[in-house]
Amino acid sequence: MADSKKELVVVALENGTVIDHIPTDKLFQVVSLLKLDSIDSQLTIGNNLYSSKQGKKGILKITDKFFEPKEINKIALIAPCAKLNIIKNYEVVDKKPLELPDEITEIVKCVNPKCVTNNEPVKTRFHVVDKNNVAIKCCYCERIIQQEDIKIQ
Amino acid sequence: MVFLQRNKKPSGAMKTRSLVSITDYTKEKILHILDLASQFEKNPNQDLLKGKIIATLFFEPSTRTRLSFETAVNRLGGRIIGFSDASTTSSSKGETLKDTITMVSNYADLIIMRHPLDGAARYASEVSAVPVINAGDGSNQHPTQTMLDLYSIKKTQGTLENLHITMVGDLKYGRTVHSLLMAMSHFNPSFTFIAPDELRLPDEYKQFCFENGIKYRELSELTDFADADILYMTRVQRERFLDLMEYEKVKNVYTLKNKMLDGTKPNLRVLHPLPRVNEIDTDVDDNEKAYYFQQARNGVYARQAVICDALNVQDKIN
Ligand SMILES: [Zn+2]
Repeated sequence: MADSKKELVVVALENGTVIDHIPTDKLFQVVSLLKLDSIDSQLTIGNNLYSSKQGKKGILKITDKFFEPKEINKIALIAPCAKLNIIKNYEVVDKKPLELPDEITEIVKCVNPKCVTNNEPVKTRFHVVDKNNVAIKCCYCERIIQQEDIKIQ
Repeated sequence: MVFLQRNKKPSGAMKTRSLVSITDYTKEKILHILDLASQFEKNPNQDLLKGKIIATLFFEPSTRTRLSFETAVNRLGGRIIGFSDASTTSSSKGETLKDTITMVSNYADLIIMRHPLDGAARYASEVSAVPVINAGDGSNQHPTQTMLDLYSIKKTQGTLENLHITMVGDLKYGRTVHSLLMAMSHFNPSFTFIAPDELRLPDEYKQFCFENGIKYRELSELTDFADADILYMTRVQRERFLDLMEYEKVKNVYTLKNKMLDGTKPNLRVLHPLPRVNEIDTDVDDNEKAYYFQQARNGVYARQAVICDALNVQDKIN
């Protein structure tokens, strides 16, 4: 707790969202997944920061931006250990673990080259079959994809 | 962890009466279809599809499966439109699958389709206004094969309950094996899985057995089927092996010979989805336990039943 407070102070955020404990190699995937490269809000990106838990970590601070759960929970696909902090008036008012939705549409590419979604103009759709270890199953070709193999479109 | 699931309540596909994957069927539905199939075996020619048009869309050729389906439709008095090879259709000119299916569903009352892409039938069932029966989508599903396997098992054993099924050959990629395992899981089975190391049953299916209390054992040699009621043979295909030396080593080891059936249970029957290459020696053919040719004939009855269910015309069966 003291640890996270120290960091939050680095770039004090009055109101907004902090996504903490992002694996360093996933940081820019999270940026593109949330389309942060095209938002108008003030955005602070920190990477390779010291973390007692992970060694190194990435962090995103987005001023005056609060995400819909459906939107933010997508990042559990690639960074399930990331932590979400909602900041209001310089205080952490809500700390949420990420939770995968039951179904993932459009954002993931199926790993099976023979899947209809990779050969016809079909939106991808996956059932989340394991929320803890992150495994998803293509609703079309029925292939199961583990977290390390998940590719964002 | 629930990777594999059976159908407990009607899914989206059930609402439109499509059959895409064997897991679209509940236990009750499976038993109902098998009951219909036995009625068609007794009385195969019935005009239940009079005035109906059935499209058979074979985006990749499969003469055996197409003839079986078209025989089923003809015995039911339906009319057929379609194609047996996509190279003669507009999809070879770049038309999307969606457009082809949408167009055909304007003409036909039911679509039976085979397609080289995995998941094509599920997608078609979402796009189509009429029910879709999957006659094979790539390496994914081929549910009517499973229905004829189940019909053959029930017919030869008198029941589907409490049977011991020994599955042999390519258990890794063999879709008929996976679908049969899922379908049989409703009926308290036990399994022996016999496969070379490269082609062992994938872990998700073993996990499924474990979670559903289904007993199984794994062997790598084609021996010891004294307790089997059904011996389900599949083809070990050369192209599945990265190392051809391995293929050469196992290809003859997995050949069933007549003398190997000595000492097996009297009710044992040997099944094979066909075509066979060398995994069953021709000297087995005359053994009364060889059932693979009758099994293929059962395909017409099973498909008649699936078609009638998809069109909801089974009430008129004689
Ligand atoms: Zn897929």
